Amino acid sequence: MRLLLGLDRPQSGIALINGQRYRDLRDPLRTVGALLEAKSVHPGRTARNHLLFLAQTQGIPARRVGEVLALVGLLDVADRRAGTFSLGMSQRLGVAAAMLGNPDVLLLDEPVNGLDPEGVLWIRNLMKQLASEGRTILVSSHLMNEMAVTADYVIARSTNQSVRVRSPDATRLAELITAAGGKVAADPADRDLLTVTGLDAAKVGGLAASAGVVLHELTPLASLEEAFMELTSGSVEFGGRGQEPVSAGGGSAQ
Amino acid sequence: MTATSPAAPARGASGPATGRATAFVNLMRAEWTKIRSVRSTVWTLIVFVVVTVGLTALINWLTETHWYGPKAATRDARAISDPVSFILGTGIGLGQLAICVLGVLVITSEYSTGVIRATLLAVPRRIPALAAKAVVFAALLIVVAEIVSFGSFFVGSAILHAHVPVSLSGPGVTRAVIGAGLYLTVLGLFALAIGTVIRHSAGAIATVIGVVFVLPILSGLLPGSWGAHINAYLPEQAGSLITHTHEQASDLLSPWQGFGVLCIWTDLLLAVAAYLLDRRDA
Repeated sequence: MRLLLGLDRPQSGIALINGQRYRDLRDPLRTVGALLEAKSVHPGRTARNHLLFLAQTQGIPARRVGEVLALVGLLDVADRRAGTFSLGMSQRLGVAAAMLGNPDVLLLDEPVNGLDPEGVLWIRNLMKQLASEGRTILVSSHLMNEMAVTADYVIARSTNQSVRVRSPDATRLAELITAAGGKVAADPADRDLLTVTGLDAAKVGGLAASAGVVLHELTPLASLEEAFMELTSGSVEFGGRGQEPVSAGGGSAQ
Repeated sequence: MTATSPAAPARGASGPATGRATAFVNLMRAEWTKIRSVRSTVWTLIVFVVVTVGLTALINWLTETHWYGPKAATRDARAISDPVSFILGTGIGLGQLAICVLGVLVITSEYSTGVIRATLLAVPRRIPALAAKAVVFAALLIVVAEIVSFGSFFVGSAILHAHVPVSLSGPGVTRAVIGAGLYLTVLGLFALAIGTVIRHSAGAIATVIGVVFVLPILSGLLPGSWGAHINAYLPEQAGSLITHTHEQASDLLSPWQGFGVLCIWTDLLLAVAAYLLDRRDA
């Protein structure tokens, strides 16, 4: 998301929004609203002034600040300093900032983070409502349940599949795996059992064979994709590492 | 995840996309909102005014009461030969610390609080954002610094008038008093540039203080004409020449040349700051 928003420079490839680089957008807040981390507010500045300066950068009229504060339910605390806000209130302020330019595309990074159940329900309904108005909303989340009840399309990205290994010589195997760049988690209840990440089952098996370590079990564990498949049973698209260019288009299905 | 619908309705809070000039005015308004809406800015400026004018009054009062004291001869001679920098020197010498800190904080506080990301999302081309900040900050500083400079001069010269008759109509006096305000303003931009390059409050403040307060002392220790030449071109040493009423025989630069040297340092640093801001991940 940071690449898409021009905050970080990609090592290769380009990220486009509506066919344009974020950098080339005029008054970008009118095209794309983004919620990255909630804490991008000066703690000494009031919510209203935070939104006001953002609005001024795009020539958005000041009354729009009151509108978005009302939309996220922060109108009563608009003149309190943002440092006094709870995580949930900060998150709402972040949503208000994203909605300031009334954009067609919204990028929300972990929007339900730190919200109480009521807040979770609120953001879920808000996202659905905004989507039903024809906006494109890209949400990242590690909460699969949450995504299962909100998302129309899910892109699952998995970078670390894990492998379960059982061996009578687990200590030695753990050393071999660590030396080969994998990560090992021991099972406190069962000394023979290891959970390996960073290496796939074939590599772990190969290591064990070349060192003459006996294996009793070698199981690739269910990946994120499989977990998603079970949860959503349908409408799932998969993406691996390094898919590019990433693009989000106004109201278009991917 | 994408939400779908047949056609996206036209949106945007109001009006068409803005032109280049209005866009920059918008950025300046936003930077002004940022500066005025944080208490630390306001407090630092108040401290700057009180410390500078207060210290000027105190030092000049002490000088006045000890005018005929035993060890006063050299100091009193200096007060008569260069009255403006004698009157303003101590107050501005300490007050400039507040300006250095403020210049650094207006940008590093954005990094420490994460506001920089909100700013760069709104202004992804980045360099205009820095330019707007520099222009607004300089405009604020020049007003406050000239008020402080003239205020200090009037207070100090009123206290000392029995021994050091000096008025704005004297040769070089008006230039020196206005120059003190200009010097503080450019110094603030110098600090802003260093803050943008370093991005961390503590490191940037330490660097600015090192350059402004410590380097002149160190270069003064260098032997021979080496030290004198390096010293003359340091930002603080060169820049503060403009507060001297008269050119001294030992000065290597004229007051305006010295101020020009400070401006060149500041321009170079601002260019480096703009380049790094544009290139680095936020």
